[in-house]
Amino acid sequence: MDSTPAPQEQITGEITLDSIMRQSGWSKDRCTSTAWRIPLNRFSMTVVVSALTAAMSAAVVWADPADDTLLIDGELEMVTRTTSVEGHPLPEVISGWHYRSDDTRVLEQDSFDNPGMLGVEEGEEYWNTVEGTMGKSCASCHDDAAESMAGVGATYPKWSETLGKPINVELRINQCRVENMGAEPYPFDKGGQKPLTAYIKHQSLGQPVALDLNEGEMQQWWERGKETYYKRTGQLDLSCASCHEKNNGKYIRADHLSQGNVNGFPTYRLKQSNLVSLHNRFRGCIRDTRAEFPAAFSDELMGLEVYTTWRGTGLSVETPAVRQ
Amino acid sequence: MNKKCVLLASCAAALLWASTVIADSVAPGDVMIENLSVAQSLVGQPGDPVEGRKTFANRKLGNCLACHANADLDDQLFHGEVGPSLNGAGSRWTEAQLRAIVVNAKAVFTDLTVMPAFYSLEVGENVREELVGKTILTAQQVEDVVAYLTTLK
Repeated sequence: MDSTPAPQEQITGEITLDSIMRQSGWSKDRCTSTAWRIPLNRFSMTVVVSALTAAMSAAVVWADPADDTLLIDGELEMVTRTTSVEGHPLPEVISGWHYRSDDTRVLEQDSFDNPGMLGVEEGEEYWNTVEGTMGKSCASCHDDAAESMAGVGATYPKWSETLGKPINVELRINQCRVENMGAEPYPFDKGGQKPLTAYIKHQSLGQPVALDLNEGEMQQWWERGKETYYKRTGQLDLSCASCHEKNNGKYIRADHLSQGNVNGFPTYRLKQSNLVSLHNRFRGCIRDTRAEFPAAFSDELMGLEVYTTWRGTGLSVETPAVRQ
Repeated sequence: MNKKCVLLASCAAALLWASTVIADSVAPGDVMIENLSVAQSLVGQPGDPVEGRKTFANRKLGNCLACHANADLDDQLFHGEVGPSLNGAGSRWTEAQLRAIVVNAKAVFTDLTVMPAFYSLEVGENVREELVGKTILTAQQVEDVVAYLTTLK
């Protein structure tokens, strides 16, 4: 919630003129004071702004997560709300999908409409591309990802004996590239890192997030992540919990605060017109508190990945989720 | 005294005047919050409510609408709801209480509030390097915002 977003980020989102008109039956008093809850689609801005005056009565307060069911391609029903795992501070975990507008939610329901699926397809190409001195691709050893990678997206980060710390999908790919392909590791967010991670996690679409905290020292890293989650940072003095635990469901300006679950990463963000990695999002959020932010895959953020993934236990893997 | 000297002298006088003005602001660490109030103006005189309204709405300064609704700014879209509505805030709180809340809300409401401290250096960890030692608002801006808030009846 930085106070200095780029102009195009100040009013972005996903509602088009259509949905404003659909909502236009709302009574006039709902928009008289506080409540313009209609995020505007960047490219429909011009149309929408001119329609705003006419649509004054269209303002809608979406205070609660939307009551809706995420069914992908009409057949795969996703768990987007579930009872929290023991020890969780909130009674119910809710996917960020419920906090988004009608139009954004619809995008995730159809594999053809989901813009994140282009990244997944790109990831499949990387999967099959031979690289490195050993002349191998991912597929050379792992063959069909649908089989070999099923469940990976629901159970990472895992404990790595070799590293003596948790390892996530991005770092596991790099480990494989170096050790088994003789290829360079991908730099953060570069090369095939995002698409390949999205492709691998997508193989677990619909599976419930389930970390094994009994492996190695996972419990200590969970503790470490929890500390980070509640640590207030920056000039704005905000922790993850300030927004995503204490105030989820409320609006911070035009932004509907979710619980910050990570079951959909890499996520397609309409605001950035791109797949966004989890560590990129962590860093962006911390930066917005006006703080210095940790490096991607640093111990601090690996702990946070373990902890936030655990908080979403039981939610379906949604990769690639679609968000605003 | 030649011309150069006169010029230097007047420059020095101007500098002295400027530093006096700055010295008139209470430093962030010296603001006394007593009885959930800050009784005295941080700049020794009342703020300007017209400027305060601008600072309140400016996303790079107060950015107050991010969290608070305020009917006086209905021309702006998307008022937040993380904090309470400020309609009538000037009737519910005294000027001294409003000043304390803007200066350091956590000193008034404890850590239960997520409201940033706008004139305190007791903030979060790892503050961005170029902001270390700086407050979100200047003493004058705090006074202007307080003056504006008192008009919300």
